[in-house]
Parts: sequence; structure tokens; C-alpha cells
Amino acid sequence: MHSEHKILSKRQLSEEVYRMEILAPLVAKERKAGQFVIVQYDEEYSERIPLTIADADEEKGTVTLIFQTVGASTHKLALKNVGDSIVLLGPLGNPTHIENYGWAVCVGGGIGLAPLHPIVKALKNAGNRVTVISGARTAELLIMQEEMKALADEHIIVTDDGSAGRKALVTEPLKELCSRDPKPDLVVTIGPPIMMKFCAATTQPFGVKTLASLNTIMIDGTGMCGGCRVTVGGKTKFVCVDGPEFDAHEVDWAQMLSRLGAYKSIEQAAHDRCHLEMSLQKLAKAQGAAQDAAETITERSNNR
Amino acid sequence: MSHMDRARHEALAREELVKIRSIPLSPKARLQIPVQDMPSQDPMVRRANMFEVATGYTPEQAMLESARCLQCKNAPCVAGCPVRIDIPGFLAKARDGDFAGAVAVIKRTNLLPSICGRVCPQEKQCQLTCTVGKALGGVDKAVQIGRVERFVADYERGAGLLAAPPVTGSTGKKVAVVGAGPAGLTCAVDVRRQGHKVVIFEAFHKAGGVMVYGIPEFRLPKALVASEAEVVESMGVDFEMSFLVGRTRRLNSLLKEDDFDAVFIGTGAGLPKFMNIPGENLVGVFSANEYLTRANLMKAYEIGKAATPLYPSRRVAVLGGGNVAMDSARMALRLGAEEVRVLYRRTREEMPARGEEVVHAMEEGIIFDFLSSPTQVLGDQNGRVVGLEVLSYELGAPDESGRRRPVAIKGSEKIVPFDTVIVAVGNESNPLISRTSPELSVDRWGHILVDEKQKTSIERVYAGGDIVLGAATVILAMGEGRRAAAAINEVLQ
Ligand SMILES: Cc1cc2nc3c(=O)[nH]c(=O)nc-3n(C[C@H](O)[C@H](O)[C@H](O)COP(=O)(O)OP(=O)(O)OC[C@H]3O[C@@H](n4cnc5c(N)ncnc54)[C@H](O)[C@@H]3O)c2cc1C
Ligand code: SF4
Ligand code: FES
Repeated sequence: MHSEHKILSKRQLSEEVYRMEILAPLVAKERKAGQFVIVQYDEEYSERIPLTIADADEEKGTVTLIFQTVGASTHKLALKNVGDSIVLLGPLGNPTHIENYGWAVCVGGGIGLAPLHPIVKALKNAGNRVTVISGARTAELLIMQEEMKALADEHIIVTDDGSAGRKALVTEPLKELCSRDPKPDLVVTIGPPIMMKFCAATTQPFGVKTLASLNTIMIDGTGMCGGCRVTVGGKTKFVCVDGPEFDAHEVDWAQMLSRLGAYKSIEQAAHDRCHLEMSLQKLAKAQGAAQDAAETITERSNNR
Repeated sequence: MSHMDRARHEALAREELVKIRSIPLSPKARLQIPVQDMPSQDPMVRRANMFEVATGYTPEQAMLESARCLQCKNAPCVAGCPVRIDIPGFLAKARDGDFAGAVAVIKRTNLLPSICGRVCPQEKQCQLTCTVGKALGGVDKAVQIGRVERFVADYERGAGLLAAPPVTGSTGKKVAVVGAGPAGLTCAVDVRRQGHKVVIFEAFHKAGGVMVYGIPEFRLPKALVASEAEVVESMGVDFEMSFLVGRTRRLNSLLKEDDFDAVFIGTGAGLPKFMNIPGENLVGVFSANEYLTRANLMKAYEIGKAATPLYPSRRVAVLGGGNVAMDSARMALRLGAEEVRVLYRRTREEMPARGEEVVHAMEEGIIFDFLSSPTQVLGDQNGRVVGLEVLSYELGAPDESGRRRPVAIKGSEKIVPFDTVIVAVGNESNPLISRTSPELSVDRWGHILVDEKQKTSIERVYAGGDIVLGAATVILAMGEGRRAAAAINEVLQ
């Protein structure tokens, strides 16, 4: 049975953030901005992990995924190396609706900057003037900055701790942009749900059309399970097939957040175990190295 | 009723066999042979494990049960079988202990007897029309055709006789099969036999469709489904896994750019229905598809190994009365729930679930609240389920389907505490392929429209199984896969 997708390159962008290039020619060819894939690090016990496509190279037949090790499953994915194969299904979801809106503001928080990148690119190609707001906890976690700088007409950087750009939350510059005259024609926001929720609350009083890309829990990603459902405009929507982008002012954010937290206690335990295992491994490695060193020393002294 | 173990079943059957061998078997004598019960795990043990509930006949039981068959000339059982297995033919062989011969008879028309023997609703098909059952005044007294079918199929596998059907020389023609469920697998085998190249495109990473993600391990072992898929693979059928037709590649591209001479769509009824009551999106409400997929396909029950988490449930409500509801309820019990209640709007008689599964569920301690249905799901301040508001019903006049329509009793609402609600009220068609191929005609429920040869509105494109029938059965899906394969083989000649 054929379902192999080889990892062609892997890079650690920061302590918790990894970038992988995966061989998936058909996905690379079909995918459009805003779409995602589901990956598994193995066929037996892996969780199904939805990841938005950060980039693709049709000629090389690759898609680029950028992910943060937020739980046990992403940790295990990060342990995969160049040459290993993973399960990958996609491209899933509806592409972002791209047209020339005029002035578009794209707000990316943390790892959300990765999936925001193809959208910025597509909006730019469609003739929009694009302002990018890049936000992160700290400078180290700001990713895709080269790419964003190259694309954006205006680029605003904010960090929680002020280690890069302004010391602010993304909503601060967003509010300022919305207060300009004329105001933005479109806001796209991708990042932690709480950030997207506040972006929605920020733009709503200005009546600026705002799209958010939802990252719910998913299983199949094909509309079969309904695990990804969320209420939008009073109606139940399946994020994997009806989304992932929705009108941010219509999303029931409280519900979205509680559904995301459904397995929190279990996930936390698994993640803690993961960290424990990793530190044990590190410890064992360190001990092994110490032992090797000790042995070499004894050998040497014996040789003498 | 106390539980009877396998050895006891075997001993009793052996005694009976000796008895019937010493007398000439008149039809009357045959009618006196006791129905052979299915040996099974003790309910109190099995409710806490994932192993198969029904452990299968012993050889003695299989011979004895087959000896109950009267070998009717008109064979009403065959008319009741959707794929027209020569039932008296295989029972005659099984009766004489020629189990390999028996399975060969079945395989002329049914490629997956070990699966059908386990999951077919025999009491609504072959066994419903069986003369023995009629003579003895009850379908539960009919010849237990499905159990013998399962026995001979398991015998074949156990004896290492499982072999792939022969494939004739290559024709150079190429057929795409979308979906590796029973419809797709059957179609693939029959098309491949004729020497055409076959590629199966499957969205999941494992083959089997509902047989791997929906029907639980304790009813249909996954190793068995995997070995059937391996047989298909050994015939030279290619499997492209994690491939979503409509997204990874469109139907049109398969036909026009990838040069497939024909396509079969067997994508199933993978769109869960909800009740559309308030509170259904609270944390702790699951579609049966999600609940079962987590447990089966993602193996969430292997705690410590599987990464997919399970929702910690103590009091579980299952809404519905079909196989899907029974599977969800019994799975919840095995995953550690303290109390599992099935809420069904009608009564036991109207339940569409396979008879044996309802009996098994009751034995295991699932509680049935008949004539009741929820009006809303109640949650706490964290958005988690804390209970259901339940309305009671009574049976009124029969509706168009002949079933008596349940009528709500006004003012009967009560609140029942639950932390988990599993919605098992059916599935609709997944619209992905029809949405991405507008030329494909579907009815208003999204079922693909086909002619009597399973051909769709697009030339060279065929469809079958749940995507055509709506949520149906494994055997009907297989029947449609076969019919489509015959039509494809005809046009590719
Ligand atoms: C929990 C449960 C219990 C059941 N119990 C019984 C029972 O006891 N007896 C019985 O006879 N029937 C039972 N059924 C019904 C039976 O399983 C189905 O009728 C049968 O599996 C339908 O077969 P199929 O091949 O049409 O579709 P499926 O089995 O649904 O297979 C369809 C396959 O296509 C794949 N697919 C879908 N879309 C795409 C796409 N776009 N591209 C690629 N692949 C795609 C899916 O991933 C899936 O693997 C049960 C169903 C459920 C859910
Ligand atoms: S109807 Fe019953 S008794 Fe008659 S041939 Fe079929 S299985 Fe045998
Ligand atoms: S992830 Fe299963 S329906 Fe969306």
C-alpha cells in the first residue's frame, strides 16, 4: 500500500518550532492559499495532526510545513528526520477567497505566521496593498520574517516582551490601522484562537470584514466525523470542509475555545510525559557521553 | 440465563451428532435438531475487553447446524440473500464436514464470507425466509446460515487455504476505484480478475472503510479486514492511501489526464447526521463516527500507546437504535463508562440494529430507554455536557414505512444527568466528490444517481454502496460493487 511522503529537509527554527519540507507532488500541485494537510508520524498510533500549508514548490513537488511542538504528537513529529516518511493527506479545506479587495491587513500570531504567508503572497499577487502584523511572545518565536518583509507593503512587528518591534499585542496596531481613513478593506487573522477572538472584537466596531482560519481538533479532515464542528452565524459548520476560514465576527469563539480544550487534561499529561522522556533521553545521552569519555580516558591511561 | 462456555457447546453438539448419525434423517428429525447457539465470551468479562464477543462455532456445531437444513428445492433463503449465495449447496457440504468445499460454494458469489458471516443482518435476509424457521414458528429457529458461513470462512483462513482469485493476462486497460470499503474492494477484485489494472484511492491510511473505522474490534477483528485487503493487494491491485479524490486529485483529472478507462465511486455515507437540538456542539457530544473512529481506527483504547485521546466518560447517552448506536454504546462500556443508556424514540421491535447485537448489548448491561428522545443537551459554564432534557413518546398510527409513528407525550420532559452524548442517528452522503464534479447527478440527499448497471450520469463512471443507497449494509455495498465491476468489464472488453 502506497502512502509514503518523504521528509526532504528539516530545520529547527526555534526551540519549539520546526520546518519540514515533504515530498507530496500532487498536494504541491493542487494546493491553494489557506488549505491544510493532515499528517501522522506513523500509521498505527499517531494522532491526526492538521497543519496549514506554509509553502509549496510545484516543480520540486514539495510542501512546507511549519509547526510548534505544543503537544505529544507534534513532539513525535519533530523527532522524524530527513529520509523518514510520514502519512500526509491533502490539500484539505477551501482555499482562501482571493481577489483585489484594495487594502488587506494580515495578522499573524506565533506559528500562525506560517499559514499566513501563502495568503499574503496570493493577496499581493491579486493586486492588493498588504499590511502585515507579525506578533509573537518573544523575538525568537517570530518566524517567516524575511518572507513577510519581502512581500508586505507595510510590516508591523510586535512582541509581548518587547524583544523585537513594539511591546504590544497585535490588536493595538490593528486598531490603529482600522482607525485610519480609509479603513482596511479586509483583515485576515491566523494565530492562537484567543488572539483571533480579540482581533475579531477589535475590527467589529469598525465594520471591517475579517476572516479567521480556525484550528479545531480534527480526525479525518474530510467531513466524516464532525469533531471539528463549531457554530458560525448560528449554524453548525464543519471546519475541515466548510472552512477553515470563516467570518470572524460570526464565529462562536467561546464554544470554539471550549471545544479546543476538550482533552486538555489528558493532553497535558501526555505532553508532560513526552518532556520527561525527552529529558531522560538527553540525560541518558549525556551520561552515555560521560561514560564514553571516562572509558576513553581509562583506555588512554592504559595505553600509556 | 447463565453463560455457557465453548467446551460445553462442543460437548452437547458432539452428543447430538452421534444421535443423528444413528437414525435416518427425515425432515421431521432434522427439525428436531436443536438450534446451535453461538459460543461467546462471558458478558461480564467481555464488557471490559476488546476481543471478539462471538467466538464462532466448533466444527461439530457447524455440521449439526447445517444438518438442520431441509435442502428445499425452491430455496427461499437464496431469494433472501442479496448476492444469491447457493445456501443449501454450501450447507450440504458443511454438513458432511467438507468445509473447504462449502466455502468454495460461497465464494462463487460472495468474496468476503468471514466478514458477512459476522455482520450481515441474516435475520432480515436469508434466515427470514428459511423454511425451518417458518415451520418452527420463529426466525430465531431458522437455520443459522450466517454462523455456518462464518465458520467455514474462518476454517479456510485457519487452514491456510485463503487464496486470491486468479487474474487473467493483462489487457492494458486501467480502472480507478475510489474508496476501499466493501463496495470498492469487491469491485476492484472483480475488475482485476479480468486482467485490467486497478488502482484504489483511499482517503484514510487503512483499507476497509466502515469495517475499519466504524465497526468495532469486538465485532469484526481488524486483523481479519487487513488480511482481506492483503488478498486484494496480492492480486496486483494498487492502493494509493491517504488520497482524497476531489481534493488530492479530481475525478475529471483521473479520467482525462491520468487515462483511467473507467472509475468506480464507492465513497460511502460518511457525513454524520445530528439531531439539530440546542446544545449539540457542547464538549462531550460526539457523532458516532467520531467516537468510533477515535477508538477503532486511531486505536485510542490502547491507552499509553495511542496518541489520540479518549474523552473520560462516566454516564453516556447514545441516541439512536441501529447498529451504529449498539456499537457506540458497547464501545463506551468497554472504554470504562459506568452507565450507558440507549435512548430510542420507538421500541425494541422497531430497532433497525442486527438482532444479535441488541441481545449482546443487553447482556452486557447497556440500559435501553425506549420511547424517549432528547429535546436539548445541557451544559455547564465551561461548555461541557452535564445532562439531557428527555421527552417521552408513545406509539401512534403506522407511518408510510409501516412502522408505528412515535408521538411525543406533552409535558413529559425530564432532566437526566450525563457527561457524554453520542449521536447515532444516521449518516448522509459525503458531498465532496459531487461538489467537485458538478456533472455528477445526485438526488436531494446527495446520493449518486445510477442506472441498473450502476452507471452514473458521467460516461465511464460508476458508483455503488452507501454513496448510492444511503447508509445500508456491507453485503448490499458488495453486491453493488460486483454489479458495477461486471458493467465495467463489459465496456472494457
Ligand atoms: C458503526 C457502524 C456499524 C455498522 N454495522 C453494520 C453491520 O453490522 N452490518 C452491516 O451489514 N452493515 C453495517 N454498517 C453499514 C456498513 O458498514 C456500510 O453499509 C458499508 O460499509 C458501506 O460500504 P461502502 O463501501 O459503500 O462504504 P464505506 O465502508 O463507507 O467505505 C467508503 C470508503 O471510501 C473512502 N472515501 C470517502 N470519500 C473518499 C474520497 N473522496 N476519496 C477517497 N476515498 C474516499 C472512505 O474513507 C472509506 O474508506 C455499519 C455502519 C457503521 C457506521
Ligand atoms: S430455506 Fe432454510 S431449510 Fe430451506 S434450503 Fe434454505 S437454509 Fe435450508
Ligand atoms: S475533522 Fe472530521 S469532520 Fe472535520
